[in-house]
Amino acid sequence: MELLGYIFDYVVFPGFLFTAIVGLLTTWVDRKVSARVQWRVGPPWYQPFVDTVKLMGKETIIPAGAARTGFLAMPVIGLAAATLASTILWKVNLNPGSSFLGDSIVVLYIMTIPAITLIIGGSASGNPLGILGASREMKMLFAYELPLVIVVLTSVYKAGSFSFAEILAYQEANGIMLGSFSGVIAFIVAIMCAQAKCALLPFDIPEAETELAGGSHIEYSGTPYAVVRLIMASMYFIVPVFIITLFWGGFNFSGWSILTSILKYVAIIVIMVLIRNTNPRVRIDQMVRFFWGPMLVLSIIAMILAVVGY
Amino acid sequence: MSLGLKALKKSPWVFHVNTGACNNCDIEILDALTPRFDVERFGIVLVGSIRHADVLLISGPVTRNVLPRLKRLYEQAPKPIKVIVIGACGCNCGIFRDGYNIIGPVDKHIPVDAYVPGCPPKPETIIAGVVKVLNTL
Ligand code: SF4
Repeated sequence: MELLGYIFDYVVFPGFLFTAIVGLLTTWVDRKVSARVQWRVGPPWYQPFVDTVKLMGKETIIPAGAARTGFLAMPVIGLAAATLASTILWKVNLNPGSSFLGDSIVVLYIMTIPAITLIIGGSASGNPLGILGASREMKMLFAYELPLVIVVLTSVYKAGSFSFAEILAYQEANGIMLGSFSGVIAFIVAIMCAQAKCALLPFDIPEAETELAGGSHIEYSGTPYAVVRLIMASMYFIVPVFIITLFWGGFNFSGWSILTSILKYVAIIVIMVLIRNTNPRVRIDQMVRFFWGPMLVLSIIAMILAVVGY
Repeated sequence: MSLGLKALKKSPWVFHVNTGACNNCDIEILDALTPRFDVERFGIVLVGSIRHADVLLISGPVTRNVLPRLKRLYEQAPKPIKVIVIGACGCNCGIFRDGYNIIGPVDKHIPVDAYVPGCPPKPETIIAGVVKVLNTL
């Protein structure tokens, strides 16, 4: 029975099905808000679902120079990892009792796996542009991961524990992390890292539609590409949830707080979409300098403030 | 009609190929993708990789240099794929008919689903052409 419960958690709610549906809806919000920014009407709400179904009906091509197993297995592993991260996060938010010691570290680790699978998948495609995209993705991973870990640590330091449940309980008792100086700074850094983690515009360097034609996704077609898009959509969903859990008091589904929970989520998405729509893409060196320069300094300041008690 | 085809009708991703056009047709294609016409309402997006394409928009007469690439692009595209020829050049070589380097219109080399005539065609005409192709699905 317990096993069945785990399988249900992983496959239906809050795992695969829930993550995929909400993730795809999030990409619709992204496209719709972008359209409104450009003074257009934008696609209907079911557009991402139609795209996914269509991709599943198309031919799957494995390029002649590709490493077959790696090329096809990587999207699946990435999707499994994204789903797992989402399951852990949501289980904790719905029922703090299911938290375990160090789950924030586990989720932080698992959230890097989709990026790594895309790196391997891009390299396995045998396409020079795919390999270029993979190498850029790797550089980006090195750049944003350091400030992200430090800002996660500020939250952990304040709550005095690595488990999400304690972080949420601390925020319940002492007010949200965002209410303090260190929390605000950490939140800003986290949003920037989220932008890079979801490969959204100032940092969509590995995909770079205009020069790399999709980067590490370039050779994916048909169902594998649908899976790759699902990974991107899931990340778009998970990363804001992760930030809200750490800095903004998490989600609460009793009574009216459902509304504020959804509003928090939508607010973060809209911030990310607005950043995406108002910034041009930066070069790799600018990106690395940005994350290892100002963002790293800010995250260390946040950490110091947290230690001295602000 | 299968579910996949039904979905294809709602989200045709276009890939743009220039086979030796004078670049005017290409500019008109870009016009058709601007916010003024907002084709994303119908799920139409421009994609950068041929592997993601559902519709090929081909502009221009086929030159000797570009023919092998055109054939290869067509083979690289995941099926089902629809081919739309934009401009008089693609339909029947247009003003370049007597060029020393021109080897026939597009449909001599790969199957074509629709022709959009005009030199260059208006964005409205291009959109109408795409709609006609989707209606044949
Ligand atoms: S049809 Fe006219 S506008 Fe289009 S490529 Fe040919 S010459 Fe240029």
